[in-house]
Parts: sequence; C-alpha cells; structure tokens
Amino acid sequence: MALLGSTRRSRATRVPPVVLAFVLVPLLAEAFWVFWPALQGFYLSLTSWDGLSAPKFVGLGNFSEMVHDEVFRTAAINTVLWLLLFGGLSAALGLGAALLLQQERRGIGFYRAALFLPVVFSLVATALVWQAMYQPDGLINNVLEAIGLGGWKHAWLADQDTAFYAVIVPALWRQVGYVMVLYLAGLKGIDPVLYEAAKVDGATRLQQFRHITLPQLRSVNAVVLSVIVIDSLRSFDVVWALTRGGPYHSSELLSTYMYSTAFQSLRLGYGSALAVVIFVLAFGVIASYLVRAFREADS
Amino acid sequence: MTATHATTDLKDAEGPAGRAGPAKVAAPRRPAPSGRALRTAGFHLSAGLLSALWLLPIALVLVTSTRTFDDIAAHGVGSWPHSFTFDSFRQAWVDGGQQRALINSMLVTIPTVLLSLGLASMAAFALSRYDLPFRRVLLLLMLGGNLLPPQILLIPVSKLSEMLGIYDQLYALIGVQVGFGVGFYVFVLHGFMRAIPGEIQQAAVIDGANPWQIYWRIILPLARPALAALTALSFTWIFNDLLWAITVLRTDTQMPITASLIGLQGQYVSMWNVIAAGSVIAAAPTVAVFLRFQRYFVAGLNLGAVK
Repeated sequence: MALLGSTRRSRATRVPPVVLAFVLVPLLAEAFWVFWPALQGFYLSLTSWDGLSAPKFVGLGNFSEMVHDEVFRTAAINTVLWLLLFGGLSAALGLGAALLLQQERRGIGFYRAALFLPVVFSLVATALVWQAMYQPDGLINNVLEAIGLGGWKHAWLADQDTAFYAVIVPALWRQVGYVMVLYLAGLKGIDPVLYEAAKVDGATRLQQFRHITLPQLRSVNAVVLSVIVIDSLRSFDVVWALTRGGPYHSSELLSTYMYSTAFQSLRLGYGSALAVVIFVLAFGVIASYLVRAFREADS
Repeated sequence: MTATHATTDLKDAEGPAGRAGPAKVAAPRRPAPSGRALRTAGFHLSAGLLSALWLLPIALVLVTSTRTFDDIAAHGVGSWPHSFTFDSFRQAWVDGGQQRALINSMLVTIPTVLLSLGLASMAAFALSRYDLPFRRVLLLLMLGGNLLPPQILLIPVSKLSEMLGIYDQLYALIGVQVGFGVGFYVFVLHGFMRAIPGEIQQAAVIDGANPWQIYWRIILPLARPALAALTALSFTWIFNDLLWAITVLRTDTQMPITASLIGLQGQYVSMWNVIAAGSVIAAAPTVAVFLRFQRYFVAGLNLGAVK
C-alpha cells in the first residue's frame, strides 16, 4: 500500500497492459464458467425445459408449482433442519473441542490431528465408512446389543424416521475438526491479560468463558456461521452417497432434490427454480460475507 | 512474563487445596505437582477418549478392508475380524476400476490446482500491487462468484460443456473447477500480497524490472506460504469433489475417484470389504497430503476465514 504514494499518478493513468491481462484472463474464465451460467440458471428457472426442445417461458409457474409440491416441502424443511442441527452442533462441538485442546502441551498435536483427520476425507468416502457401521449387522447395532440396548437396534438408513439423522452424523463427524481449527485460531488471538485480570477479580471459569471468551470470539463466530451456512446448503455428497434422499424422500435436501429433478427426471426448468430457492436461502450469508470481505479489503 | 508465571503457579497451587483438601496437607511440598498431574491425567483421559471415538470409524474401515467376503458374510460387517487379506484392494483397484479412477482424479486435480493458483496469483498480484480502476469491485465480484451455491450453475454448465463438445471429457471438469475456484484463491492471495512492503517493488522498478519480472521473481516467491497453504487445501477440495464430476461426466471410465466410489457401492452391494478398500484408496492421497503438509493445511483454513 505504501507503494501507492509517489507513483500513484502515473499508475492511475496508465496501468501496463500485461497487468490488465493478469486480471482479465482469470476474470473471463470465471465469467465464462460461473457468471454467464448463473445468469442462464436464473433465466431457466422461469422456463419449462426437457433439455431437448427449446426452453418454454412459463413465468413464475415453477415457483407456484412448488407450493403444492409435497417433496419440495419436505426437502425445504429438511434443509432448514439440517442448517440448524448440523450447523448448531458442529459449532458447539467444534468450540468445545477447541476449548479442550487449546493449551499447548504434550500430546496435543496428536489429539488435534485425530479430530481433524476426517476433514480431509471426501464426503463420499465418509459416507461409505458410516454406511457399513449403520448396517443391520454393523458396529452400531452390535454395540447397542452389547450394552443391553438391543431394543434400539435399527436399520438406520432404511427407516424413514432415522435416515435423516443417520445422514447428519457422518457430516458432523467430518465438520467438527474444521470448525475446531477456526476456533483454535480465534482462541489463540485472545489477549491472556484479559483472563489474568478476571482471575484477579475472582471470576470463575464459567464467568471467564461468558464474559471474555465468547465476546472475544465474536468475529470468529461470524466466520463459522458463514462457513456453516454455505456448507449446509451445499451438502449433497453425503446424502447422495448414503440414501439418495430416501427412503420416501425422508432425507431429501433441496440440493439432492434439485439434482434428481434436473438430471434424472430431466425437468431442467423446475430444477433451476429449486436452485434459485437455494440461492435465496444462501443470499443473506453470502452478502454479509462479502460486506466483511469488503471491509477487510478496504483497510 | 513474570506476572504470568506467578498467576499460573498460583492457579495450579489452588487446585489441589480446593479439590483434594486436607489430605494433601501432610506433604506441603507436593500439592502443586500432584494437582497438575491429576488435571493432566483428566485432560489426557477426555482428549484420548474423544480422539479414540473420532478415529474409531477410520480404524473400522481399515479392518474391514482387510477381511474376506466370506468372513463378513458369515459373521456380519460389525463383528471382530476372523480373516486377513489384501485381496479386496486388488478387487477394488483392478476389477472395480479404481486404478483408472485415481488416474483420472490426478489428471484433473493437478492441472486444476496449478492453473487456478497460477491465474489467481496473477489477478491477485495485479489487484493488490497496482492501482487498477474498480479493483475492489472486481475482487468482490470474483469472490462472490465462488460463494454461489453450485446448484444454480449445474444445468447451464452441463449444457455449456455439451455445446463446447467437451461434455464427458476431463477438460470440462478442469474448466469448471478452475472457473469456480479462482475467485476464492484471488481473494486470499490478494490479502496476503497486500501486506508485502511496497519498497521491495519500488526498488525493482528502479532497477528496470517489468511487471512480469516483478510478479515472477519478487511477489510470487514472497507469497509462497500462502500458495503452499492454498495448494494443500485446493488439492483436497478438487480431489474430493463429487458434484461437478457427475454433472459434466457420464462414462464410468472417465469418472474421478469419488464418483467411481459411488459406482463401486452400486457394483459391490454388501461386499463391504471391497467398498472399504475403495474408500481407503480414495482417502489415501488426501491423507498423505494432510500428514505431509499439516502446517500449511491448518494455515490455509484460517486464511480463508474472513474476519
């Protein structure tokens, strides 16, 4: 930034052409693969299209169809539930793990790595690992049997009542380590003087947590919230690999419903409209993320 | 510093008095260490249990992958192993097509990482080191594109690649992954390059360096920590992707490893040993990257966190 001082004038008037190309090439790549398709996506949501003949403009027809679509309602409710459960639990567990593992001491690297390791697995691999455990003769049922809870045994993924929750657990298993890393960095950034002052004043551990740790973590919380919301709405792989949204749409999310509508039922217009709904849900978070990014780019 | 130590010691000394009470009075010189030992033991117990719980599924998949199908069929997938073989890996690798899939994954992942980080570092260099018009708007536009939910792009992207004649080819996957990822990398690298002191660049300008030389010889080497972090991170993201792959590819032999794992799941129903072996193969490259570049990895995740 100091650079801009004396040489500002000459540069403001004439940026070397190669520098312009440096920006334009990546920008065009993104425009071609993202911005242009996104605009098409919004347009397609107003059409009825089977992918073969030309798209037929139907206005808001797709959206009014959603009102009567039972599966859409299930998928939308599940998506919100997913956001709350997956989001809330991964934030809480991630923060808990970070608090437990914040102090540098012997063995801490191993514990952190253990919790973090699943983050590098693909969601598909994660799903398959858990699918084996969920089988009727799998580990989870065996453990329940062994501790005398045989009555709780279940075909976890095949039962409409449990499939949705059975899908959340692997997703959580993989997400907690990620959130933990974000919180660990946040905890590291808290000035230890604050805790010392609180101790001198006789604050208990709990009071320190409530009045120092939580307020100091506010900016990290905002980051975690964005990450969680964006990740939740993108959640697709784990559901697709475990249940394909079934049985009877009980674990359907908007993302899986959109995919099967578009690429299996070949209702491309309706699928695009579902994608627009996902976009609208994500919009608030995207906007606030960009506002924060703007502030950071400004400073 | 002294004050810190004093309070820490104080806190530790209070522990045993409060917890163990009079029992410890007999040995006045011992309380601090034993209290600490108790606390340390408690910590290791809880952290150890948590880690064990977290590692259990991984241990289980490793064990399952080395069992025979007959063993699983006879005793159930959740039982103790009664056999040991590496044959399931051969089945997944050869018959299940994982070898081909892993090659496809590498053919997509490596060029995509290089291309997107190359392009992103150029854009970040231009946006952070030159007074371009609308640079902030451009930066946020590019980041915004990356934050879009991919679902809005799926249908148009698959049609676009059909129109270009690259549908069902790895080029399509590379193209969309570069285009979609680049905005985020530009944003992160911009933040990093902005902090490089301007004097270095000014000196180079005085020495007659052109923009390309400044980028290649000065800024890029200085941005190495951020590039390393993003390399580790983007490698796993791209390698682990499923959605883009099944959107622009169709033929089984073209699929990267994540998508082929879903194929394996359908092909080897309830042959959990083969499915487990496939999962191990699919996870091994990213685990290797993680173990080797752990430091960069964690740094990368925090780089992306906008405060």
